[in-house]
Amino acid sequence: MKLPIYMDYSATTPVDPRVAEKMMQCLTMDGNFGNPASRSHEYGWNAEKVVDEARQHVAELINCDPREVIWTSGATESNNLAIKGVANFHSKKGKHIITSKTEHKAVLDTCRHLEAQGFEVTYLDPEANGLIDLKKLEAAIREDTILVSLMHVNNEIGVVTDIAAIGEMTRARKILFHVDAAQSAGKVTIDLQNMKVDLMSFSGHKIYGPKGVGALFVRRKPRVRLEAQMHGGGHERGMRSGTLATHQIAGMGEAFRIAKAEMEQENERVMALRQRLWDGLQEIEEIYVNGDFDHRVAGNLNVSFNFVEGESLIMALRELAVSSGSACTSASLEPSYVLRALGRNDELAHSSIRFSIGRFTTEQDIDHAISLIQGSVSKLRELSPLWDMYKDGIDLSTIEWTAH
Amino acid sequence: MYYFDNNATTPLDERVLEVMLPYLSTAHGNASSAHRYGRKARAAIDTAREQVAMLVNAYPAQVIFTSGGTEANNFAIKSSAAQAGHLLVGATEHASVLNAAKSLEKQGWRIDTIPVDNNGLVQFQDNLLQQDTRFISVMLANNETGVISPIKNIVETARQREIIFHTDASQAAGKIPVDFDAIGANLMTLSAHKFYGPQGIGALITDKTKVLEPLLHGGGQEKGLRSGTENIAAIVGFGKAAEIAHDEINNRVIHYQGLKQQLEAYLSSLEGIEIVAESVERLPNTTMVVVDDIKGETLLLGLDHEDIAVSSGSACYAGKTEPSHVLVAMGYSNDQAHNAVRFSLGKEQTAADVHQLFAAIKKQLDKMRSLALAVAI
Amino acid sequence: MAYSDKVLDHYENPRNVGALDSSDSSVGTGMVGAPACGDVMRLTIKVDDNGVIEDAKFKTYGCGSAIASSSLLTEWVRGKTLDEAAQIKNTEIAEELALPPVKIHCSVLAEDSIKAAIADYKKKQEVTEE
Repeated sequence: MKLPIYMDYSATTPVDPRVAEKMMQCLTMDGNFGNPASRSHEYGWNAEKVVDEARQHVAELINCDPREVIWTSGATESNNLAIKGVANFHSKKGKHIITSKTEHKAVLDTCRHLEAQGFEVTYLDPEANGLIDLKKLEAAIREDTILVSLMHVNNEIGVVTDIAAIGEMTRARKILFHVDAAQSAGKVTIDLQNMKVDLMSFSGHKIYGPKGVGALFVRRKPRVRLEAQMHGGGHERGMRSGTLATHQIAGMGEAFRIAKAEMEQENERVMALRQRLWDGLQEIEEIYVNGDFDHRVAGNLNVSFNFVEGESLIMALRELAVSSGSACTSASLEPSYVLRALGRNDELAHSSIRFSIGRFTTEQDIDHAISLIQGSVSKLRELSPLWDMYKDGIDLSTIEWTAH
Repeated sequence: MYYFDNNATTPLDERVLEVMLPYLSTAHGNASSAHRYGRKARAAIDTAREQVAMLVNAYPAQVIFTSGGTEANNFAIKSSAAQAGHLLVGATEHASVLNAAKSLEKQGWRIDTIPVDNNGLVQFQDNLLQQDTRFISVMLANNETGVISPIKNIVETARQREIIFHTDASQAAGKIPVDFDAIGANLMTLSAHKFYGPQGIGALITDKTKVLEPLLHGGGQEKGLRSGTENIAAIVGFGKAAEIAHDEINNRVIHYQGLKQQLEAYLSSLEGIEIVAESVERLPNTTMVVVDDIKGETLLLGLDHEDIAVSSGSACYAGKTEPSHVLVAMGYSNDQAHNAVRFSLGKEQTAADVHQLFAAIKKQLDKMRSLALAVAI
Repeated sequence: MAYSDKVLDHYENPRNVGALDSSDSSVGTGMVGAPACGDVMRLTIKVDDNGVIEDAKFKTYGCGSAIASSSLLTEWVRGKTLDEAAQIKNTEIAEELALPPVKIHCSVLAEDSIKAAIADYKKKQEVTEE
């Protein structure tokens, strides 16, 4: 068994060897290293062919027209482009945007930036299970709402949003609908012929492809218009300038191709592994699953261990590569904003661990993880005055703490 | 196939590929993760940042990684756009500078270009400045002609008047020594795939005297200046390419110069070919020619038959066949500009390769001219 | 987060874990911090007739640095008089454990816990004297 055991597939995935192979073919002098925008020689043409094939693969997984796929440097850029692009283009029509408090930082931070520019943003509160109540969304829609941006699958708690239903709602009201699908592609079925989503963000490195590449789906019918955010040579039909990184794109295309071919089987396998993990963890007292247990992607299990502090738990679990909260905020000591938005108290938010499992996780990995977790939690509870008090039947909420 | 389009993109140096490989397979952490995989990724990024800084004589903390030269140029120009004013750009800048600047017009900015002379040298004069000129962007070296911009007096003026000065060094880095500190710019753009690093990665170098507004918002990577999960494999490759370029720059310059002299001597022996900006300082690997009466596109296709890859100017005008704006700015007619071909040499090329190139050019020109003659008769 | 070897050592092998009988009049208890802030320390000390701390035990809910800070503290206060123990500064703890700036608050909490334990002990003595 390779230690530490990698259980952080929601932060990033290893590149599938088949993807790496594909990328290699684009890197060297003998390969397709050319600039796809070079129209005057074979190197350029070959690179362009590679890019077109990859675009086709992406389109096939999500059931759209390849011409609706715009390459970007990653989901962060896709989210920035979708939200700012729509806001800037449609600002005369209205300046109101709806999103939720549990979105990825790339959406939240972009919305905050737009607020500084005079846009109004409604941040919906999710329900305690992490899902958005469609009635509340409907109630938040205003005359001047131009965009609803909601994620398909939450990166921390893995819950799946009903984007098909929301798409019906937004389309009927002529409001654009953007979905951050970085965490869902390859895990949940995405059918853009039938889902009324106008813009959708994708990432390469969450689906066994490379980092530094992503895509934005921009619907052609009905046509979605947005303002470019990266100006230059007019690549990607003017929507995103910049030399296309052929090897990265080739890798992302291959990753999407594999996902299409293997998603069903893989979901079954990963779901069984997660159940095995959950069965093992349930032997521990006082644990809570964060987010709706049923409406979640197969690979995610987010658990709070009451009376154990999260960072010390991560430290105890050094042989497990897991994360507490999202990777992007783990350098700070703030408890997860996602869990807080669900109404979890700070203690439980502090003590949460996200296990995300994937393509290369094995049963042995899961079993080893379970025994590590059981041991660590019991050791840390031995050390915990809160655990003592709990065992003595003291209600912690009645104690006056000396906050510092 | 002979590849003489190294200003469009370069093949990856094998040493660069080697250091990238682990990050494409086993070492797969997200650099923001606290666990061991993440920390390893973080350390690799730190090393690369040092290597890139070293190449341009900057400090590691001055390096902000981006997805490439286009993003770095967009970032530079839009990074201080909050308060509208007057902005000056060189007339022969890359499209990513020109169009990023143009995009600011909607926010109330006024954009003017600094003209160039017949040799492509920027003709900066104080009377181009306005009361509220806040930003000047002039490239270090031109991608099409290779002309190296005389920017010393512009930088001095910008400093005196506290105007932000940005230079796009995408084409210069790795081909000539580039010293960010000595240049005295506030911001400088680099692109890895122009000097044997991977595509999809670049950097904006900042002197840190100005507060920058990020272009991409999100997880707060790169000290909040550039959100988005770090592209570790590419960053590591960029670092290695920078390290190699730093070590080899003097040899590269000598190597390029020798080949260029050889090529240009050959070309001068042909009738009806003009070497663009022949008399001024240019990148040692770049030669652009304007051929009498033969369209660049035609010559390109001819050379393609001879297994030689060149370009008719910038590769970045995806699919467009407009004449090069660079040549037009230099005073060439639209027709002449359509007749331009760019040869950009690579570090692995030899005198024999250059000879092969020349022989192919000569053969194709002779063929085309005899055909033209036949048609005329 | 990279931890120093000393933090790791105390975290792996915490010294003096537990609690002393708080109903005993020679035992003082200091509980500081709050669960919402991510750390709670409970320090109990047993003081002999000469005012010397003869035993100290801790339990801590918190990060590795918090656990190490309280573990180290129990080692340091043992054998010290109350006055000496009250002199322990958080900076000494932080220095000994090579705590990074973001973890300095853990050493502050440790200092607070011994002060609180001493105060609790003294309060108990006043009550018994009366």
